[in-house]
Amino acid sequence: MSEIQSPSQTIGPLYGFALMFEGSHEAVPPDSPGAVRIEGLIIDGDGVPLSWPEGFIEVWEGDQWARARTDVDGRYSVVVRKPEPAPTPDGTVAAPHLNVTVFARGLLKQLLTRVYFPDETAANAADPILELVPPGDRDLLIAKPEGEVLRFDIRLQGEDETPFFAF
Amino acid sequence: MAVAERQDFNPPYLHPAYEATVRRAPSKRLIEVPRGWFHHATGPVWGRVPVRPTDNDLTKQHAGRPVGQTITLSGRVLDSDGRAVPNTLIEIWQTNASGAYLDPADPGFMSLDPNFTGAGRTITDSEGRYHFRTIKPAAYPGDLGALFRPAHIHTSLFGALLGSRLITQCYFEGDPLQDRDPILQSIPDPRGIERLLARFNSAATEVGDVDSALAYNWDIVLRGPAATPMEND
Repeated sequence: MSEIQSPSQTIGPLYGFALMFEGSHEAVPPDSPGAVRIEGLIIDGDGVPLSWPEGFIEVWEGDQWARARTDVDGRYSVVVRKPEPAPTPDGTVAAPHLNVTVFARGLLKQLLTRVYFPDETAANAADPILELVPPGDRDLLIAKPEGEVLRFDIRLQGEDETPFFAF
Repeated sequence: MAVAERQDFNPPYLHPAYEATVRRAPSKRLIEVPRGWFHHATGPVWGRVPVRPTDNDLTKQHAGRPVGQTITLSGRVLDSDGRAVPNTLIEIWQTNASGAYLDPADPGFMSLDPNFTGAGRTITDSEGRYHFRTIKPAAYPGDLGALFRPAHIHTSLFGALLGSRLITQCYFEGDPLQDRDPILQSIPDPRGIERLLARFNSAATEVGDVDSALAYNWDIVLRGPAATPMEND
């Protein structure tokens, strides 16, 4: 028997008072060992950042999970720890990464992508999911060092569109 | 050979009648991942979300009685294989009886109610059941009256799998605004739209007391492990 699934609908712009809570953007405490801040813009097809309150992401992998919304400049910020390399169903090893879901006004269902780490060149080159991404687009899934933080912009549409995954 | 049943009732990303999708829908093909990898991958661990036992009663979050029609919204969370989804978080948010969200980003056309916040949380029981007590939300006009949204309750659920993460909206049966709402009508299959309609339940409606509530039933169905992944379409 297959039940009809409840379809997705947009998160809309007015979720903040319900979904955000103290520390919701911190998957790990900022002062804990290995904690790293990942920041970036969420940008639409006109190159315009999704400013507050319109961009919402959740980031997770294993026991880490955080949710954040963009600020007035369209920038989100989460605090995570780089996960360990993980075994995959076919016996290879996945490069350290976190899953990223994007919700927004104008997104009728979430988008799913991944963020990889810039200091894992060899592991990234062997990652079985990155291999499915067109070679010229793989760099779009790897965060860039920017001072003390890692920068990961998400482009919803256009030439440098972030690779998104069917799920 | 059996004909594959359609299992994805989601709207497309691009639905021009809902104008905000036009510059936000991805333009490239989604990358297909082998079925066993993403489809069965576990979803987020939401345990840091604070949930108190009273968070499912939105009518008792302030000293006074909220303005509006008290309702109950209850049902079960199932997966598409028909199994109950126990112990999962449901978060809801909505307008008050005048059509205003308490959110600071609300444009402020409608009046706030000092006795109503409009946000609730609960966790399904061992049989997937949930129960909220709240005020019936109001329809409200959108930007410059371009979009008069039917009454709805925003709803967020996790579920066990990456693919069962769901944010949707609950509507109320019989609302004539639904036929012209580009967000609800973005769902291509009428069976999907039906799935988002709460049904009035006269048998469960409380009578005879000032605190009585109209009862609405709404089951939520998340993707289960046997369902096919989302298609590129």
